[in-house]
Amino acid sequence: MQSLTNRSRVVSKKTMNFWERIYLPAIFGGMWITIKHFFKKKATLRYPEETREFSKVYRGLHVLKRDENGAERCTACGLCAVACPAEAITMVAAERKKDEKGLYREEKYAAIYEINMLRCIFCGLCEEACPKEAIFLTDRITPSNFERENFIYGKDKLVEKIDQRIDVSGRQKHITEKK
Amino acid sequence: MSQSLEKIAKESISGELTTLNLGPTHPATHGIFQNILKMDGEKIHSAEQTIGYIHRAFEKLAERRPFNQITPITDRLNYCSSPINNMGWHMTMEKLLRIELPKRVEYMRVIIMELARIADHLVCNAVIGVDTGALTGFTYMFQEREHIYDMFEEVCGARLTTNIGRIGGFERDFNPIFHQKLKKFLKEFPARFQEFADLLERNRIFMDRTNKCGPISAQRALDYGFTGPNLRAAGVDYDVRVMNPYSSYQDFDFTIPVGTNGDTYDRFMVRQQEILESLKIIEQACNNLPEGDYKADVPEFYLPPKDKVYHNMEALIYHFKIVMGETKVPVGEVYHCVEGGNGELGYYLISDGGRTPYRLHFRRPCFIYYQAYPEMIKGSLLSDAILTMSSMNVIAGELDA
Ligand code: SF4
Ligand code: SF4
Repeated sequence: MQSLTNRSRVVSKKTMNFWERIYLPAIFGGMWITIKHFFKKKATLRYPEETREFSKVYRGLHVLKRDENGAERCTACGLCAVACPAEAITMVAAERKKDEKGLYREEKYAAIYEINMLRCIFCGLCEEACPKEAIFLTDRITPSNFERENFIYGKDKLVEKIDQRIDVSGRQKHITEKK
Repeated sequence: MSQSLEKIAKESISGELTTLNLGPTHPATHGIFQNILKMDGEKIHSAEQTIGYIHRAFEKLAERRPFNQITPITDRLNYCSSPINNMGWHMTMEKLLRIELPKRVEYMRVIIMELARIADHLVCNAVIGVDTGALTGFTYMFQEREHIYDMFEEVCGARLTTNIGRIGGFERDFNPIFHQKLKKFLKEFPARFQEFADLLERNRIFMDRTNKCGPISAQRALDYGFTGPNLRAAGVDYDVRVMNPYSSYQDFDFTIPVGTNGDTYDRFMVRQQEILESLKIIEQACNNLPEGDYKADVPEFYLPPKDKVYHNMEALIYHFKIVMGETKVPVGEVYHCVEGGNGELGYYLISDGGRTPYRLHFRRPCFIYYQAYPEMIKGSLLSDAILTMSSMNVIAGELDA
């Protein structure tokens, strides 16, 4: 076979020399390597008692953020649902009443907002699409469950609790307001 | 039954050939493949392969997705090296849109792609070890693979199905933690990898087991359309990175490891050496990483910065248009290929100017390798067939798309 480039080099040598043929050196060498590994640090963690450190931008379970006054930021524009390649997001929009100003930041809000976690592939495109910095992926993992219905996360599970804010500043590309 | 078949049947112990279903969910095949084998005792008389067990209609799906939403689909082709698939797709789009990338982006891509190649080859070679009965090396190499995934996680936020990069660049710049992890990896990996090499490369048991196992000649390999490590193992030094340099591969100095007769040992050795070549490329890219932006200046396709989106009407309109896939793309046909983890991964895209591809075909190397599989295992033992399969690095996700 003629060479296509002048950069190739043959790397496999199939003939064995004497030491390789008697095969014992390789066996003892191999054992020596494995024995050394007995004394190495363990590579595994005892999950769930121990957890590993996630990167700041890890793409896990979503959160719907509130603004600094505790009002929901989402305005039900539907852009996240359009951006979602897995078609996991559904929502129903509603108009804000006069006395609900403290609850929702914009005049339109999502009355129902559901993500089907069985469909979701955690691609992060919804977060990127959101123009209202409302939805973010976090470094939490979606817990397992026995029932399919329980994987449809509504606003009760997605919107952050007022007293338990979830910090996403590590992944925000721009932060408009102080915490 | 033909004459020869009858003859064999008479000579075999039970008086007939046994039909064996190897797969679809056989514990020894990694992935969902079915092979219907006609066995003469332990020897394979003939084989028939089937495909489609995890066919997810990616090409059809892609026809209904805006261009940026196709990236997550490509993740799921060869999931051992998703970043290469992602970037191959971005480059295809950039070719269609005629986007010029800054040098920095290309170098960053090279770093990520070569890391992915190392991860891919590590899995494959470690699994060859497993199939020959050497599980230990596998456990060592998977620890190293985790370090590579840690780096991906710093850049894109995911480990396996990365969805890394965007059309026109990256979603974010490499952060200091990434650089730190990469430095650590470049420092520590070669020694660990050498251990793995010492365990297997010149070990007589392994060599006797893999030599002359599932060979294919260069001519036959070319006839089938083999590419990547499997073709190089047969002695043809074809590498897309050298023949058709993309993403500035022409700037890097590396050699192409080739084998001699395309058997399992050759494939193993070619991958082993390619890992070292990839390390060389990464080092060069790191040392010469140019300053600049991590994305090209293409406001029509790359999402505007978030602060503009929040406060500026024009940016918000662009943002909506891009997310909804409403930007104009040229009408045209492009083919772009990259050197994937296991061969030439090509994207053939026809655009009719709409918001989705008119047609997108993935040229998946596994699909081609799998066609040669019966020919390669004919006459060999069942255990050799398993080994041949894993050494060809056929990945079900990519095979079936
Ligand atoms: S989460 Fe963001 S993108 Fe989705 S509907 Fe609410 S505001 Fe729009
Ligand atoms: S992470 Fe991706 S798949 Fe999941 S809801 Fe968001 S856009 Fe959809």
